Order: sequence, then structure tokens, then C-alpha cells
Amino acid sequence: MNPSYSAVQNFSRRDVLKLFGATGGGLALGATGLSWSPMVMAQGEESRLNLFIAIGEDDKVYLTCHRSEMGQGIRTGIPQVLADELGADWNKVVVVQGLADKRYGSQNTDGSRSIRKGFDKMREMGAMARTMLEQAAADKWQVPISELSTANNLVIHTQSGRMVSFGELASAASKYELPKVETLVLKSPQDFTHIGKPHKIVDMDGILNGEAIYGFDVQLEGMRYASIVRPPVYGSEVKTLDDSQARKVAGVIDVIRLPVPKGAPAFQPLGGVAVIASNSWSAIEGRKALAITWSESNNDSHDSQAFLQQLVERVQAPGKLVRQQGEQSSDWPKESTIKAIYTVPYLAHAPMEPPVATANVTDSGCELWASTQTPQSAAQNVAGFLGLKEEQIKVNVILLGGGFGRKSKPDYCVEAALLSQQLKVPVKVCWSREDEIQNGYLHAISAQLYQARLGDDKMPQAMLQRTGFPSIGSTFAEGADYPAPWEVDLGFVDVPLAVKSLRCETVEAKAHTRIGWMRSVCNIQHGFGIGSFVDELAVKANKPITQMWRDLLGTERQETFVNQEFKYGNYGEDLARHPVDIARYHGVIEAVELGMRKGEQPKVNQAWGFAVHRSFAAFVAVALLVEVDKDNKLKVLRAVAAIDAGTVVNPDRVKSQTEGAIMFGLSLAMMGEISFKQGKVQQSNFHDYPLLRMTQCPDIDVTVISSDAPPGGVGEPGVPPVAPSLTNAIFAASGIRIRELPVSKHLTV
Amino acid sequence: MSDNELKLNINGKLFTLDADPNMPILWAVRDMLGMTGTKYGCGAGLCGACTIHIDGEPARACLTSLKQVQGKSVTTIEGLEADKLRLAWSEYNVPQCGYCQSGQLMSAAALLSKKQRPSEAEIDDAMSGNICRCGTYPRIKSAILSAAESSKMEAES
Repeated sequence: MNPSYSAVQNFSRRDVLKLFGATGGGLALGATGLSWSPMVMAQGEESRLNLFIAIGEDDKVYLTCHRSEMGQGIRTGIPQVLADELGADWNKVVVVQGLADKRYGSQNTDGSRSIRKGFDKMREMGAMARTMLEQAAADKWQVPISELSTANNLVIHTQSGRMVSFGELASAASKYELPKVETLVLKSPQDFTHIGKPHKIVDMDGILNGEAIYGFDVQLEGMRYASIVRPPVYGSEVKTLDDSQARKVAGVIDVIRLPVPKGAPAFQPLGGVAVIASNSWSAIEGRKALAITWSESNNDSHDSQAFLQQLVERVQAPGKLVRQQGEQSSDWPKESTIKAIYTVPYLAHAPMEPPVATANVTDSGCELWASTQTPQSAAQNVAGFLGLKEEQIKVNVILLGGGFGRKSKPDYCVEAALLSQQLKVPVKVCWSREDEIQNGYLHAISAQLYQARLGDDKMPQAMLQRTGFPSIGSTFAEGADYPAPWEVDLGFVDVPLAVKSLRCETVEAKAHTRIGWMRSVCNIQHGFGIGSFVDELAVKANKPITQMWRDLLGTERQETFVNQEFKYGNYGEDLARHPVDIARYHGVIEAVELGMRKGEQPKVNQAWGFAVHRSFAAFVAVALLVEVDKDNKLKVLRAVAAIDAGTVVNPDRVKSQTEGAIMFGLSLAMMGEISFKQGKVQQSNFHDYPLLRMTQCPDIDVTVISSDAPPGGVGEPGVPPVAPSLTNAIFAASGIRIRELPVSKHLTV
Repeated sequence: MSDNELKLNINGKLFTLDADPNMPILWAVRDMLGMTGTKYGCGAGLCGACTIHIDGEPARACLTSLKQVQGKSVTTIEGLEADKLRLAWSEYNVPQCGYCQSGQLMSAAALLSKKQRPSEAEIDDAMSGNICRCGTYPRIKSAILSAAESSKMEAES
């Protein structure tokens, strides 16, 4: 009766070696019916992906997805790329979920990089397998391989009209040496059969029938359920514990104290007390019956409102230089200077499925089933805490009920492993919604100053920007009290404004809680800052905002930021391959202008707002049409967006990710706020940390601009322009300029 | 423990459970009966991920105790008959992560069982208790309208 976790099939490289007997060069035609897998042995090249395709005698094509599915469609996208170069019939594709294995290269599914980083390698893997199949057919028919092609799971010799299925060739093909990457012939984009097609997500049926297994749904024989109460203030620990009442709750099996974390938080469990029970309900009830007092913490006095005020003051005084374009300006005459400060509160990720992991520690090691964005880091951390070798940790990646960055921090995996080690049975640790909101890795609270000296033409002659927020670096190193260079690369120093003098600085901000990355990371606050300020400049100059953006971006060029006191990280991409291309900004601006002109024009109390932002090597423009009525009630009526992420693998998933990014951006801009008093998070569930609901959702029109440019990121780039587009629209509709998020502090949403 | 023997009618099948009558049915179906399609999202009736039907009416499984469903007929996503809705969900490629979708489908099915041709406002109203963090609302709305339309066409032919 219990559902098994095999709904997402997991094969590790070791398993496949075993299955296919590849180590001995033979073929294993076992119960699975799989007969062949091309694989390049690792050869010490970490980045060489090598384990993606297997073909069954029954002609089924097994394609491995080595990254985590959390709604972005990657279990469909990666197989599309592999299948395309292979020439596979999509109906014969079976997707296999890869376990944690370093030989896949990085499996860290965040930073909008699965397709961005994997596209070329996946094509090579597909082409490699295709070449081997073609070679087998060439030898069988005694024809040159150059006369062969593949399509729909067939190798075809057009001249003679002969064709043979992949399944028939698989065994013979496996005996050939793996072709070298430099000898592979890749398809021309115009010949793509799966790339660029809106294939439906591969997990559709299971999701609609309730049979798809997520991390929360994993059940093992003899498994215990754990509910953990963690310190309410970061840095405090259990002073006294009375668990006598908890132990009396029916179904409660044990009460266990977790180790106290030391030093920077990293991915350590927070400590606290775990109630172990035979079912979730008993664990929850037992937890309620615990009596705990907590020790004092350095963070007891943390008050987010006071802290934000401090940041607002700091950004008005000189900070650390992080970019200087042209000469520094010290001339800020009052009459021609415009200055604004923008703030964004702490935010929580709130995936619908809170963090969850199941661990089974035995004498031989630890097996983990987790909703994780980062199986390798989960393995590494679990190994470290258990005192095991990484090879002794097997990580099964289960479907994630959303991630948004939270599930790339494997603290909850470590909790499950520690408890299972102690109890010697499988343990599932389920975070409650309250746990997720109160004990997460929050998006940092921040303040940004933007200042410009205007010329007679009302265009900026000089600009100054300052940003301050507790750094994600503080999660990994004590004393990281300034924004890190890679954080200011996210929408702060990399906006290619053609202004003669532009200076960017950071200010100090100490962390009082765990700071983490959340969908689009620091682009959230920086996109809000610059997106709002450009609108304020446009209003001052009496220009449409899209024109102001064009004028500020300047001539079509590829910005390289040379000699400006910093080296731009560009999301880990070469600037030549993924340039900061002004023409592509123009492209998305134009597409959105077109969309805004369609349909009804704004009525009384209604207006459009606009913003454009480049992040994760993709360009997104968003326009929102809002109404603000006489009672200051906000209604978002329409959203028009355009995304240019270069080559598109699945246009429907690019569209759906952009739709979702708009919703995510609206949630945070309209209502998102985590606040602290006396070191404690004040919110606890969706009543006081609300997310967008259907009644608040606008009509959405997304244009996907596809090109032959290398693929950029997709999951995150839609988020940053949403908040400024919203507040700009509110200003245009009502004259109310909101510089302090969320909007719900100022209007009814 | 026989005091705690509870009889449940779920998806037309009868189950006998030895459990705390105050336990929300969410945890009973998931942990004890192994039907995990009904999801936990908030435990407080705020998100709709655990929506089930009790005698055909939508209810939040996280707030409904086993005691409250004695003698009643419970439907979960595993037993939901809603081919047209599922087809429409698939046609519009609605799910992203999919975690909330069983609750969304349960709410949508309850709506269509009462109102064959709901207006957009009625859809908003019926679905406003179901949160989707991925933001699939526009597609959910389109799918419900499409399923309603296909039922109407069927009725007319």
C-alpha cells in the first residue's frame, strides 16, 4: 500500500556500470532489458559529462536528468537536448533521475544554469551516442557513415531506403569505441526536432493523479517521523528541556537533542529538540508538549525596523568603492541633484513543500531521499556530520515541491541523517510551514541609494549608487560584514548605463540571522532600486520610461566594464559568449511596448509601469497595468513581459517560468515581509506571510524572443523587473511613489 | 486501543484505523494509508494543498479530524473522477512543480460539480483558497474554463 520512491527512477553511475557490465566491456541483458550505454570513462575531467544515454533492446531510450526538478521543467528540457542530437522518438524516451555523482559535473540546481551550462555538453552526449549507432549501421550495411542519419529512433540510409531501429543496433553499437568530442558533427539549429518544441512535462500524469512522489511523500519500512523545534533566535540554544509530557503523547517514540551549531552557520542544523514518532501527527503533538527554555543570544536585540533605519543612514555616507566609471564626481548641487533611497525587507522562500529529507543510516553508510536542489552538497555535508566518506552517502533526488533556493541548503538533510544514525532506523524530517518561515535562510534586508546630477537636458551627468545588506558570505564566514563582490555583480554594478561619471559603493551590514539566496538573489533589491530610479529620472525629464531606458543605455554596444575598478563575474560566463548586449535590451523593451499597445488602453486611475533588467545572462522587460482606486486599493490588471534568453529548449517552459517569475515578483513586491523583534521572526504562516492568490493575479502575456545565441538563464531573470514595474505603475496611476517594499505598507492589496 | 478504532470511507473503499480520533485526516491518509497525493502545505487551512471532498464538498484535510469524517464519504485526488479537468490541465501544461496541483484539481472539481459554466469571478472565488507559489493561476483558470466548455459541448451534442 505504501507508495514506493521509485516513481522517480534513480540510477547512479555505479548502478549503470553494474547494469551494463561496462567495466568488463560486456553487455548485461538482465531483468531491466537495457542493453547499451555509451559512456566516456571519467578520465579525471570533472566537467566531462559522461552518463546520459542508454538504449533498451525494446527500443526504449533512457535519458538521464542529473539536475533537480522543482517546477522549471528540467526533467523535460535536458532529455529534449539529448534526444535531439540522438534522433530519438520522444514517445520512446524514459527519463531517469541521476543520483548524486560528481562525474556528472555540478548538479547544483540553482543560479538558472542547468541549460545555460549544460546545453553544449548534452548535445555532445547525444551526438556521441548517435555516431556510435550510425557506425554500427554503416558496418552492417557496408556503407560510409557519412551517408547515414537518424530520426525517430531509426538509423536511415536514404540512398537505399534502408532503416534499422536503435534497439536492434544497440548491442552492436556498444562495442565501438566512444567517439572523441572533437570528431562529433552537431546538428544545425534548423534541423532541431526536439529543441525549441513545447513538449509537455514528463511528470504530468503522476502529478494529476496524485501519484507523483515528492520528498514529503517518501515512506520506508520502519520509518520514523521527526518534528524539530529549533531556536527561536539565531544563536540561542536549549537551556532547559522537560520532555515528560511529550513522551506521554501516543505515538511518540523518543525525544532527541540536536547538536549545537558552531561558528558560521553554513549548512549546520540549527540545533534544538526533535520529537520522534510513528506518524507526523504524533510528532507534531509531541512537539507542542515540550517545555523548553532557551539561552541568551547575541541576536536577542535584533529588530529589523531599527536595523533597516540604520542601513538607510549608512547608505547616505561614503562606503567602499566597487565600481568607478569615468571621474568621481563631488559636485552635487541641490537644485540639479535627484536622490532616492529604496528598501526591501527580509523575505522567505516559501516553496509549497517545506524542506524535507528522509535518511537511513546503516553500517555501510547513509541513503538519503530528499527534495534537494543540490544532491552533491547534501552528500558532502551528511558525510561530514556522520563521519563517513562521501562515497558512503547515496542521495536519491525526489521531485521538489518548489525550491526557489531554499533547497540548495542541505541543513535539513543533515538533521535527518543525524537522527537516523542515532535511532538506527529510517527517519523523515518534515519542516512545518512555521519552521520554514521562522528558521530559514532569508533573503537579506537591504537599503539602496541612487543619486544623479542632472544636466540642462534633464539627463544624468553623474550618478552615485550605494547598497547595504547582510551578505550571504556571512552564512559561510564570520566577519563577512560587507556585500561580497559577486553579490554586487547581481544587478548593482553591471547595469550598463552610458553615464559619464558613475560610482558604486557598498556599506557595512552585519548578519543577525542565516542569510541565503532566493530566486534572483540580490537582483531583487538592485532591480527594484535601479528600476525605480530610472522611472524617477523619466518623470523628472518628462519622458516615457522606455525612452529613458533607451537614452540611458546609449548606443548599441557590448559593455565590458574595463578599467572600472572591478572584474565583472557575469554569472560565471565569458563576456564574449554572453555579452552585456545593449541591442538585446532594446529587443525586449520593444516587444513589451508592442504588447502594451494591444488591448484596452488605461482608464481613469489606471496606468502602466515598466522596468527592464539583465540577470543570469538573460534580458527581461516587464510592464504592469494597475488600478489604484480612491480608497488606495491596488489591483494589478495586466502583465506584459518579454524574455530573451538566447536559444530556447522548451518555449512553453520558458514562458511558464516567466509567468511564475511575475507571480513571485508580485508576491514579494505587494506583500512580502519577514520582520524581527527581539531576535525573533514575527511571521509564521500564510496569514501573515501571504503569497499571491488567484484573485490578485493579472492577465499575463509573455513573449519569448528566441535566437541562436547561447542559452541564458530562465528561472530567475523574470523576477527583478517586477517590483519596480509595479511601483512605477502605482506612481503613474496615483502619484504615490513607493520606495519601501512591500506595497502593502502603503496601499491595500 | 479498540476505543480508537475508526472506520473510514475513502474513495469508495472502507478502512479501519486504530488512531487518535483528533488526528487530521491529512496525516491518516498520508502516513497510515499511504495515499500521499493529498499534500501538506501549511497545516492551518490557509493554502488548500490538502483539499479533499467530504460528501462532495471541498474541505481542508489538515483541519478535518478523523472523528469529523465518521460516517461520511471522503474523496482524495487518488479517487477523483475528473477526466475533463485532467485533460484540460494537461492541454494547458498547467503544473510547474506540481505540488499544489492535487489540491487545485480538488477545488476545481468541486466548483464544476456545482456550477457547470462558472464565470471568471466565480473561478477566482472558488480557487482563492489554493495557493500556487509557482504561479500557475492563469493556466489553472484557462483549464477550468476549457473543461467547462468541453462539458457543455458534450451536453449539447
